Parts: sequence; structure tokens; C-alpha cells
Amino acid sequence: MQNMRKGDAYIFGDNINTDIISPPQYMELSAAEAAKYAMSAIDTEFASTVKPGDIIVAGNNFGSGSSRELAPLSLRHLQIGAMVAKTFARIFYRNAINLGLAVVECADTDKIKQGDAINIDFAAGTLYNETRNETYPCSKLPSHILALVQEGGLIEHLKKQRGKNNLPSPEARD
Amino acid sequence: MGMTLSEKIIARASGAQSVKAGDIVWADVDMAMMDDILGPRVEIAERMVELGAEVWNPDKVVIISDHYTPPANAKQAAIVKFTRDWAQAHGVENYYEYIGPCHQIMVEKGHVLPGSVVMGTDSHTCMGGALGAFSSGIGSTEMVGILVNGQIWLRVPETIRVIWEGNFGEGVMAKDLSLATIGKIGHAGATYKTVEYTGSTIDGLNMDERFCITNMAVEMGAKAGLMNTDAVTDAFFAGMGKGPFERLASDGDAVFCETLRFDATALGPKVSCPHEVDNVLDIGDAGKGIRVDQAYLGSCTGGRYTDLSMAAKLIKGKKVKHGRRLLVSPASKNIWEQAAKAGILKTLSEAGAVIMAPTCGVCVGLHSGILADGEVCVSSTNRNFVGRMGSKKAFTYLGSPLTVAAAAIAGELVDPREFF
Repeated sequence: MQNMRKGDAYIFGDNINTDIISPPQYMELSAAEAAKYAMSAIDTEFASTVKPGDIIVAGNNFGSGSSRELAPLSLRHLQIGAMVAKTFARIFYRNAINLGLAVVECADTDKIKQGDAINIDFAAGTLYNETRNETYPCSKLPSHILALVQEGGLIEHLKKQRGKNNLPSPEARD
Repeated sequence: MGMTLSEKIIARASGAQSVKAGDIVWADVDMAMMDDILGPRVEIAERMVELGAEVWNPDKVVIISDHYTPPANAKQAAIVKFTRDWAQAHGVENYYEYIGPCHQIMVEKGHVLPGSVVMGTDSHTCMGGALGAFSSGIGSTEMVGILVNGQIWLRVPETIRVIWEGNFGEGVMAKDLSLATIGKIGHAGATYKTVEYTGSTIDGLNMDERFCITNMAVEMGAKAGLMNTDAVTDAFFAGMGKGPFERLASDGDAVFCETLRFDATALGPKVSCPHEVDNVLDIGDAGKGIRVDQAYLGSCTGGRYTDLSMAAKLIKGKKVKHGRRLLVSPASKNIWEQAAKAGILKTLSEAGAVIMAPTCGVCVGLHSGILADGEVCVSSTNRNFVGRMGSKKAFTYLGSPLTVAAAAIAGELVDPREFF
């Protein structure tokens, strides 16, 4: 992946918590099956209408609540291109990056409407709204985090590292 | 310059003389906890195989099947079986099942020690902070990292100091203090920070009550909820033949990003109204007379001995309102037995309560007490998010065990002080 990502906006409000993103009642299903119920508590159409590459655009405190990685995992199964919110909850933010999902904070998400074509430049920290011809500042992804996202997440990153023998095995640490 | 309690613990765990808020360090993890719903089955077992990695130290891993116990269907049963088998295959001897929510089991079995770093794949892992441990919730992939090499990177958090002074009035409990604090700080007001609870009110609380408070730190976005250790902490550990441990507290000249002061003498019963935990109102302002279908007394937040005992005191000799239900799930098998021995379960049962297994099932809508469309629940748990306890058209109010007990008797939302 380059430093840019383009997609259509799918809009949510404030406080989209993990019980909404990945309802607990469906967690006994496989992650791929559970993904079909993502957001169903507030938007029953989401999983069937969101397109691969769409960018979630939300308000404050996106991903609050549980530590469950099924929340970002569901969104990865739905092939979300990136997530933009005014702010993210702490555990969700780390989980998303660890799964290779790009997440940036932007104070101007209110200006983006459903379906707007947006283009995020992670290195520059800008979000270009093609539909409205507006540019908003957003947080940058530091180069090592961007690399993690580009590799597909922490596990892929660790696999590469272990392949190179950069990560000591448990025995070697003793 | 002095250090906060968080800074002290993280400095020790990272092998540094001192650290300060904002530093990013690698910390050794003293105890890694997984449950069933968010345990090995989610992105952990498979990834460990892919990496060809073994668990770095099985003695520092605890696995607890609690959400899907007792299982409601074959899928849940399969998850519990998988969790049990995985623990055994990886030499994890600290495996527990069916005996209650993980956070209660962690403290009850002595897996959370003062000054230690505890990481768990459940957001309410922050409860352990009441014992002066840096205890926090993480995702599955981060747990893989810990299982491989025993470490996690942490950004040393700033600390919000929350000072509560004075004693509670009658009918007021630690849960009310917890909700009042969350109402003030807000659902994201402590994101990435530690909330440190201190003051004469906290000093006067027993461990049951302290756990109720730190349990909900994550509802403000916090990474940890911490308390000093003191004679109450020592007594808790003495009960299991451990300690005494070095007393831990923030230094007098430690830097706090914010200090908030509260007066416990002015505190009344609070409820979190649907569908946000920080939507906190005085119970009198929440809409007196709201019909309550289900009253739930249980969970890692509000199902400990003190909670059951207070609820039983209010309920004794009264009856659960006809057509309503009071479900009780003691927070552990141990608490179940203590409450049985003290006659508390009998009192609750005679009033019409249904006494259930210790489990997470009701709190998170997995089994044992799921809400139907339009139903209202008053619950001693920690989250009231839309759809969490069952139907997305149901409504959950969070309150103290006394508020839950009062609602069960009255069949509606009511100030528990009316029963004193």
C-alpha cells in the first residue's frame, strides 16, 4: 500500500462502542460470520451495504468499551479501507493497528457526508474530500506504524521479524 | 521529582530508576489473563501456531472460562472446551471454569499482587488496580505478543487524581461513587490515563467496594484505575496467606494532570441511564416510576459479598413485585458459598429472587437473563450499551445493589432510601 487510501465515506456518530460494532450475542460465531452483524444494533443495513474499501467516518470515542478484537476484526472482514474519527477509544485504537487497519483522527468529520469520496494521506496527515473539494488536517501515522499497517498488522510484522531471527525465541532469552 | 503510583509500577517493570508520563517503555508482564470469549480462540491460538511460538512462561498465564459458563448451546460449549484444552496443551495450570467472572477470580486466587503488571484480554481487567497493581485490558494480538516474550510496550499514562472525602449516607454505596465519578469525567475523559482514587472515603471502604470502583475505570476510557495499598489491602491478602507487601502510593510531589474533589456526604443514589454509562443522573431525576421488568444483582462489578449482603438487608421480609424478576449471580463460587452460609441467599430466594450460577452471561447478554424488546432492566453491572443485555430495543439502567433490590421490590425505578 502507498501512503494514501481512497474510498467512500460511511458515516457514524459519537460513541460507537464495541457492543455496537460487534454485538456480544454473535461472538460465538466465527469472526467472518459475526461480521455480518456488525453495527446491527443501530444500522441493520451496514454489513450488507458497506463496500470493500469504504472508509468509516465517525465522531468522538469510536470503539469504546470492550477490549474485544472482534470489533476491528469484523471491520477487517468487511474490508473497510480505513477509519477516521474525531477520537478513538484506547484499546480499540491499538487493536485496529495491530490488525493492519489504518486509523486516523480528524476534528472535521462533521463536514463529511455519507458517500463522499475521500482520500487520506497518512504520511502528510491530510484528508481530501473529493466530493466537496475540501481538505482537512488529520493525524499522521508515524512511519513505523504505517509500515505495520502496510504489512497487514503486528502478526505479519512479527513473522517477518522472526524470519530474520530478529525476535529472540523464548529459549534464547533464558 | 516524585512519581505517581502508575509511574512507580511501570518503572519497576521496565527496569528503569524512574519513568514519567508520556515515556514509552517495554514492561515485563507479571500476569497475563485470558477468558473464554476473548481468549485463545480469537486470533491467539492460530497466530501462535503461525509464529511457531510457545508460551513464554505458563506460570504467569491465567485462563478463566466465565462468559460462556454454564454454556447455553453447543457453540458456547465448544468454545469452553477449546479454551480448556488450549490451557492444558500449553501447560497453563492456572485454569478455572464455572466459578465466576475472571476479574473476581484473579483477585480471589491471589493472581493480582500489589506493584505488579497485569494484562488481560477483557477491558475490566482494570479492576485489579484496587490492589495497587497496574492492571489493564488489551486486545488479542497484543496478548500474542505477551505470550511470545512476556513483555508489552506501554505509554506511561498521565494520572487524574480523584479525591473523595467523607462517609456515605445510608442507602449509598461504592457503586454510586463510581457512577458519580464517571458522570463527571465522562466516557472519554480519561482516555489513555490512569484514574487514581484516594481520600478518606476510599480509605474507609472494604475491598469489595474498592473493586466495584476500579472495575469501571475503563468506562471513562482509562487505561487503569488505581488505589493505594493500606491495612485493608494487607488484610485481604492475609486472608489468603500472602503478604504483607510494601505499601504503595503516589509520592507527595508526584505530578497529576488533573485533581478532582468530591464530597461523599452529599452523594445520593445514582443511575446510568440508557444507553451510555456516563449518562448519570440522581435517581430522583431519572424518571421516577419507570417500570422495571428485570433486576439483576451480579457480575464482577456488583455481585460480591457486600453487594449481596446489602441487597438482602433491604429485601428481608419483602417480596419481589408480582410479574417482575430478580436474578442473582454471585461474583464467584466462593462468594456464593459465603452468602449461602450467612443466610443471604435464603433471604433473597425467599423474597422471590432466582439464585443463579456465578457467570458473566447476563451482563453481556449471552445467556441466563436476556432482555426482550421493550423490557427494562436495573443492573448492578458496568455497561448499559444498546443491545448489550439482549434486545436492542431493551433498556438498561445501572445502579447500586441497593437500587437493584429496591427496583425488584417496587417493580419500578425508586430511591432505595425510601426503604430505610
